[in-house]
Amino acid sequence: MPFISNTEEQIRKMLQTIGVSSFKELLKNIPDELFVKNNLGLDAPLSEIEIAKKVTQLSKKNISTQENINFLGGGIYDHFIPAAVDYITSRPEFYSAYTPYQAEVSQGTLQFIYEFQTMICELTGMDAANASMYDGASAAAEALLMAKHYNRKKKFLIADTIHPLYKEVIKTYTSALDVEIVYIPQEDGQVNIEFIKDNIDKDVAAVLVQSPNFFGIIEDMKKIDPIVHKQRRTLLIAAVDPISLMLLNSPAEYNADIVVGEGQALGNHQNYGGPLFGFFASKKKFVRKMPGRIIGATHDTQDRRGYVMTLQTREQHIRRDKATSNICTNESLCALAATVYMVLLGKKGLRKVSEQCLQKSHYLFDKINNIDGFEPAFSAPFFKEFVVRSDFEVDLVLRNMFEKGYFAGIDLTPYGYDDHLLIAVTEKRTKAELDNFAKKLEEDTKKLYL
Amino acid sequence: MVTKTIFEKSVKNRTGFSLANSKIKTDVKELIPDKLRRKKQPNLPEVSELDALRHYIEISAKNHFIEKGFYPLGSCTMKYNPQINEMVCTLPGFTHIHPMQPEASVQGALEIMYELQKDLANISGFSQVSLQPVAGAQGEFTGVNIIYNYHKSKSRDPKKIIMPDSSHGTNPATTTMHGFEVVEIKSTDEGKVDLEALKEVVDDDVAGFMLTNPNTLGVFETQVKEIADIIHSVGGLMYMDGANMNAILGYIRPGDMGFDITHFNLHKTFSTPHGGGGPGNGGVGVTAELEEFLPSPIISKKEGKYYLDYSAENSIGKVHSFFGNFAVMVKAYMYIKMLGEKGLKRVAENAVINSNYVMNQIKEYFPVPFHDDIMHEFVASGKNYREYGIKTLDIAKRLLDYGVHAPTIYFPLIVKEALMIEPTETEGKETLDGFIEAMKIISKEAKENPEELKKAPTKPPIARLDETEAIKNLDIKFDFNQEK
Ligand SMILES: Cc1ncc(COP(=O)(O)O)c(C=O)c1O
Repeated sequence: MPFISNTEEQIRKMLQTIGVSSFKELLKNIPDELFVKNNLGLDAPLSEIEIAKKVTQLSKKNISTQENINFLGGGIYDHFIPAAVDYITSRPEFYSAYTPYQAEVSQGTLQFIYEFQTMICELTGMDAANASMYDGASAAAEALLMAKHYNRKKKFLIADTIHPLYKEVIKTYTSALDVEIVYIPQEDGQVNIEFIKDNIDKDVAAVLVQSPNFFGIIEDMKKIDPIVHKQRRTLLIAAVDPISLMLLNSPAEYNADIVVGEGQALGNHQNYGGPLFGFFASKKKFVRKMPGRIIGATHDTQDRRGYVMTLQTREQHIRRDKATSNICTNESLCALAATVYMVLLGKKGLRKVSEQCLQKSHYLFDKINNIDGFEPAFSAPFFKEFVVRSDFEVDLVLRNMFEKGYFAGIDLTPYGYDDHLLIAVTEKRTKAELDNFAKKLEEDTKKLYL
Repeated sequence: MVTKTIFEKSVKNRTGFSLANSKIKTDVKELIPDKLRRKKQPNLPEVSELDALRHYIEISAKNHFIEKGFYPLGSCTMKYNPQINEMVCTLPGFTHIHPMQPEASVQGALEIMYELQKDLANISGFSQVSLQPVAGAQGEFTGVNIIYNYHKSKSRDPKKIIMPDSSHGTNPATTTMHGFEVVEIKSTDEGKVDLEALKEVVDDDVAGFMLTNPNTLGVFETQVKEIADIIHSVGGLMYMDGANMNAILGYIRPGDMGFDITHFNLHKTFSTPHGGGGPGNGGVGVTAELEEFLPSPIISKKEGKYYLDYSAENSIGKVHSFFGNFAVMVKAYMYIKMLGEKGLKRVAENAVINSNYVMNQIKEYFPVPFHDDIMHEFVASGKNYREYGIKTLDIAKRLLDYGVHAPTIYFPLIVKEALMIEPTETEGKETLDGFIEAMKIISKEAKENPEELKKAPTKPPIARLDETEAIKNLDIKFDFNQEK
């Protein structure tokens, strides 16, 4: 039996020491009716060679974004990940440790999280960041709950332009709470700021806006700030793409109170959508309301600098039903990948990535809109992702392009935008790839005209 | 040895990254209007690849981890993580697939998820499993939400969820976060649910009961069926916190114990590593009656093809952006396929025997107030050493000097000076004997030399850290102005 160390002989000795004759005797008080009667119906066990072969074959049944050219985004992005990132995250010192409950033997984990928190604060301009949330969607939901705990208000204004899956998760997280959600409609792909003006009042706990939003469009956050903050204690929550923050206004520049986002773009693989990680940052005055773990620096008995989990009285393991959140296990290893990624790229590298996303996506945007039957869906500025409207059935275009070796984008029909296609371009795409893609798309759709 | 932060190692104009210059060179200023452009650049470090690797390898060596030594952290099931799982889950056919790809291009991934759903359903005695919740606590949230929607579908609106005072912190935290009221009931002297106390609080306003079985004292709740009958008689549902499923694998199933819902901690029971705090995965299993409420999509199969099935009409919706932590699922899938039924039973047997063995050997030194029907873990108490001025914290810190990770000490709250010890099945007798020996020595030290014990730990890279200072002088990010 693999992964078990005790031999039959050792087990016999241990049972003897315990003073029982068999394993079953240890369970003697458990009613008979509770035991499994029949077989569980699992497959016969496989050896390491067999399972490795089987699972490798299964992996080959998937067509990866290394084979096809990938323009899928929608929250998960195909950015380049330096080999050194995976090298560090595959060290057992990091991946097979538990939550750093014993600080003295967890300084590796604690220090990288402190560095992670620092860099998230640098990117967002916030004063405090936590150690990670499950994903961007749950981070957004928990930000709303945090605002509600802070100001005891019950209404949320949420941009209709946020990621539709964020909306779904927020709905689940708030379904049994006494809160009202009002969606701010969009106009030309951006939130309608007049609507916020007309609908905000003293009962609004928070206004949540994503920028770049689901359509890739940059929201005019500076205009939203004064409208929100005119209300006493009402909070502005921004959901952001960390890569964009090298070029776009930092949330501090538009006075956001809480900043959340999906962190996958920072050094984490797409992994079919999980694990992801949410980052969560805020102004200092809200730190005691924050969900999740926070690492702080302190000193040991010999006055040496070290790190511990801090402000733990917010958390479920201490505060139980009065905790700020139920989160326990988080996505620490993903935060490690993000940390190493940001460190390797540094300020120049990450800026270069950000610039290339911007330049390349705009280049492709122009190319596609020059093809007959395609036009821009919106005119507002965007970052690395954009929407085109098409005369053709989007589903058919995507299927044809898939056969040519492309994941050409996301069909927005299920989200209420018939004939709209969402296309993401990262730094990984080369000019030649973009040119070829546009050419093939043109050839392919030309046929559809006939 | 103190390691400087990576920020203090930064050297202007160094980089650990290469990216070809783009042939597309449009001026950024033309693409983003000035008012939307960032003014103050973030301060990220500038280091070479070697600098970065040296830094993270240096700090990594300060961690305790399962391959380094024993990790009897109760409730956390720190078992060994098979290497083959770590290798295979990094294949590009898994890491480089996007969740919005066409189903035809992810058949391998969907097959793994489908099979894992099925295996977990069989292991738990439930009818269907959703893999979407990404942690135990999110599984609990999903379960509580199912309870909520189940009652709603029956036009009921009960407000209370009952749980024993031994429950894990996430149980009450989840319950109030969701909008229910927590009713905590006392445990008996045997560490089990007090049926009389339960009967007193049960009424029509009870939505459900949350129970960990074996519970967090490591004690099997032998009267679980009676509890289920009481709760079901008022229309409530039974939720099992499945964090302790390691103890009963292959022998006892939540579905046969009267539970309606359970969550799985793939990162505990099914040997996926904890990643220094995550990611894990916390799928949820339910009875046939509750299937319609599971988060969407689940993975279904039709005519030999796997697909994302959104057909559940009363689905509670989504708790995660996509389908849960897929990379973690691959590892749990492999683990179950390698062990099979017989292997899973060996896991439970060895987990329970190891724990009973250690308890038997140390209870003379560290009494175990709840010691009947002990399964995969037990909770000892350090309270006998109070008269020497020694707390459990001191004992825990001293264990670090012996190369062992300390047991869980912050809970359960109903044992004074708790030491929650879970050896897991992957440890051999010699390791357990070493631990027992260390506990005996510490017991002696506590009596004979308590002042020395309070100085523990002395072997790790750093001595005891001042948590009060950390709260008082909150320092949660590097101060770039401090050097200047
Ligand atoms: C008994 C018990 N329940 C629930 C949880 C929560 O699980 P997770 O940390 O995966 O959210 C844990 C683990 O910490 C646990 O030990």
